[in-house]
Amino acid sequence: MEIDRVDQIIDKHHGEASSLLQILLDIQSENNWLPREVLGRVSEKLDVPLNQIQHIATFYKAFSLVPKGRHQVHICVGTACHVRGATRILDTVEDAIGIKPGETDLDLKFSLETVNCLGCCALGPVVEVNGKVHGKMSPVKTSEVLKIYE
Amino acid sequence: MKEIQFEIDGNQVTATEGMTLLETAQSAGIFIPTLCHHEKLEPFGACRLCIVEVEANGRTKLVVSCVYLSEENIIVRTRSEKIDRIRKTIIELLMAHAPDSPKLQDLAKEYGADKDRYEKEASFCIHCGLCVRYCAEVTKKNAIGFVDRGIHKEISFIPEIAAKECNDCKECFPLCPTSYLQAAFVLTEALAFPATSKSESKE
Ligand code: SF4
Ligand code: FES
Ligand code: FES
Repeated sequence: MEIDRVDQIIDKHHGEASSLLQILLDIQSENNWLPREVLGRVSEKLDVPLNQIQHIATFYKAFSLVPKGRHQVHICVGTACHVRGATRILDTVEDAIGIKPGETDLDLKFSLETVNCLGCCALGPVVEVNGKVHGKMSPVKTSEVLKIYE
Repeated sequence: MKEIQFEIDGNQVTATEGMTLLETAQSAGIFIPTLCHHEKLEPFGACRLCIVEVEANGRTKLVVSCVYLSEENIIVRTRSEKIDRIRKTIIELLMAHAPDSPKLQDLAKEYGADKDRYEKEASFCIHCGLCVRYCAEVTKKNAIGFVDRGIHKEISFIPEIAAKECNDCKECFPLCPTSYLQAAFVLTEALAFPATSKSESKE
């Protein structure tokens, strides 16, 4: 990510330390992750020590300090999805893209996470890719869905 | 400033407004055990060891004395069967992380805590925050911070800052109750700036 762009985002929030979270969220959503130089720049411009920024960036799951894939795969392992076979869905996905929850594949194509209930249990087991919900999944259907994404 | 009168362990004590129970007790020479308290630092309330009983209007409650402000006419008990039991459990839990900490061993002796009561999870740091807070509040270098949260919470040096500041400071080292801080520093040094420390030792 260009430092100029980071500065623009910071300026949009008037360079105020109280907007730190919002600034980090903006960078995260634009860049998919928070590189260390970027955090350093934010620290410098807002005059907030890097150790505090690091604490915040590691505290919230919304932030990532490592590169994320182009597609975010969230597998629901909440109770309802679990009893409907979420474990098998998760296994299928792990095998298909070769990564575990919390990881990103080498081509930066997919990042995998598990979540605990997406709020649509009637559709379980549920897989969400880039915010789009795929319901009533089976291992076969899951493999089909993954193929849609490039 | 307004004076506040109350009772700790049967002694009449006087506090000025804004003083915590712990500060008042200390000024009256009454001992309350602490792990995360430091007089130069803002109250943090992390270890809960300084827990005491407060009786007000006929009701008794448990409060953490290093963050609880003195109040008129309350009755504070720094030791009771209940308090001792709670402190014993806290010590036992912390010892699952740092069984060899001399500070915890002394406390264990005092409260009859069994270091093997809980399964060991030797993470060594007990999250007292003394190092992090000292570096932020007193030396104002911010070379060390917490990362992550809950059971994954850890201390972490910022290598860029640590490389410049820590070798000439190390004021936080004696504060750590478990020596994990020193270990984390050596590790950071070895990974991030081994050259600086080598030239240092040659001088
Ligand atoms: S490293 Fe030591 S001083 Fe720092 S938080 Fe952990 S136990 Fe406390
Ligand atoms: S448990 Fe999966 S959506 Fe509720
Ligand atoms: S000394 Fe009060 S909570 Fe640690």
